[in-house]
Amino acid sequence: MVEKGGLEKAKVIIREDECKGCGLCIEACPVDVLFEQNVLNRMGYHPAGYKGEGCTGCGICFYQCPEPGAITVFKKGYVEEEVT
Amino acid sequence: MAKIIRKSDSFYPIYEHKSGAKDVTHYCPGCGHGVLHKLIAEALDDFQIRDRTILMSPVGCSVFAYYYFRVGNIQCSHGRAPAVATGIKRVFPESIVISYQGDGDLAAIGGNNIIQAANRGENITVFFVNNAIYGMTGGQMAPTTLVGQKTTTSPRGRSVANEGYPVAVSEMLATLKAPVYIERVALTDAKNTNKVRHAVRKALQIQIENKGFSLVEVLSACPSGWKMTPVQAKQWITDYMCKQFPLGVFRDTSAEIEPSPAVKNEFISHDLFKKLDIPDKPFRAVKSETPPVNYQNPRLKIAGFGGQGILLLGLGIAQAGMQMGYQVSWIPSYGPEMRGGTANCHVNLSNKRIGSPVVSQPSTLIAMNLPSLEKFECEVIPGGLIIYDSSLINRPPARKDVEVLGIPATKIADDLGNTRIANMVILGAYIARTSIIPRQVVVDTLPVFIKRKNLVPLNVKAVDKGIEYVSQ
Repeated sequence: MVEKGGLEKAKVIIREDECKGCGLCIEACPVDVLFEQNVLNRMGYHPAGYKGEGCTGCGICFYQCPEPGAITVFKKGYVEEEVT
Repeated sequence: MAKIIRKSDSFYPIYEHKSGAKDVTHYCPGCGHGVLHKLIAEALDDFQIRDRTILMSPVGCSVFAYYYFRVGNIQCSHGRAPAVATGIKRVFPESIVISYQGDGDLAAIGGNNIIQAANRGENITVFFVNNAIYGMTGGQMAPTTLVGQKTTTSPRGRSVANEGYPVAVSEMLATLKAPVYIERVALTDAKNTNKVRHAVRKALQIQIENKGFSLVEVLSACPSGWKMTPVQAKQWITDYMCKQFPLGVFRDTSAEIEPSPAVKNEFISHDLFKKLDIPDKPFRAVKSETPPVNYQNPRLKIAGFGGQGILLLGLGIAQAGMQMGYQVSWIPSYGPEMRGGTANCHVNLSNKRIGSPVVSQPSTLIAMNLPSLEKFECEVIPGGLIIYDSSLINRPPARKDVEVLGIPATKIADDLGNTRIANMVILGAYIARTSIIPRQVVVDTLPVFIKRKNLVPLNVKAVDKGIEYVSQ
């Protein structure tokens, strides 16, 4: 979740229940901050996760991901609303 | 303000699938459709054209595009999306019409549809998703399957000797003059995906500016059908698909064409009526006496030899009925010969909308030769009417539960100097017997369906002879 307010660093949110574990975002991430989680989501996939540090907000993972809503990328700056 | 890259507003927040979770697509992990959907949706948002976009869903995995895109949608028959898109665009030129098709849909069953739409230069945008197989049905060989590629129906690999070469749609369409923009792109790495994004936006921009036909061929992964992991599948596009389907722009004349406003295509105009010699409004002013109940809303079958003017007789009744403001239908059924075979036609005149134009149980049978009478007599509903040419048919109908009117139409026509106007004698007899159409309407519409205008007076004479015969 990203709260309303100033965001000092770029950030990526992955909705684990929408992830089908295809791994394309992990493969494509230029700074290698995504990883395959060792848990199963409701569909039985290993969802991608964010290591928590180092996202540059480039958006490459978003455009590799086939699911419309699984990935949300924030560039740094002021976030006007709370995003889950 | 922080820029947020997120799910586009052009997607529904909830997907109303019949089954499955309502927040994820039905596509397999790593499928290219999802990415292309996102790129299109983003462009619809950015160009603010969502409210006037109509998407043609094809047959294939992307048939369910209507569950995802918050735009107008039509689900088309297999391969027919460009034809449907043509109709939509011409009726609503201000709309943005997108035909979204796979390779089984566009390149196989719909091959001619896309060629003709491209050749006409329809102002539509086609997104052609090429994954080299039939994905939805389980990975069979498609026209676009690569040479050597193994599929469920080419287990030894596609062989040129047996199955020929893959169809290169972009190159093929680029041989036509009309298309404005054709590019092949690939959903692989970030760089190529960005090119897809630009191609999608450019193709839509061309339609927004009414410049003409655009097609973006997108090489797209089908990990399930190819039996690979998503990551391997993307690599396979780069290593193999891009070799046989080189990426690039095959046509781009968009810079040479000025943007123009959408122009409504006026098919129906008074000018057109004038050119066809058709009165441009029904003669609603003509009051006819109401026909007796059993003659109302007739369903006619008209049959005889080819060359007797059977079809023209039906057409005449339908045309005059249309001028009266009836709902009408006319369908012919005839052999390949112009003359000498058998011919029949089905005609409906009705106060209500006509469900089926096919007349299997006629209320009126017009038989102009014996084989037709023998064949169709049994079909007439009880209490119906049989009109037959008694100069050619030497036995009256056997039915006792129908009305029968015999008229020596060919003899009367011969006396007028032309046996080929026997059909008009019958027309006169029919309207006189049933009062369904006034004489004047028939006379006024004769020039519409008789091509040789110098014969119109003779035809009028024949109609009058028919009326006269019945009135006696």
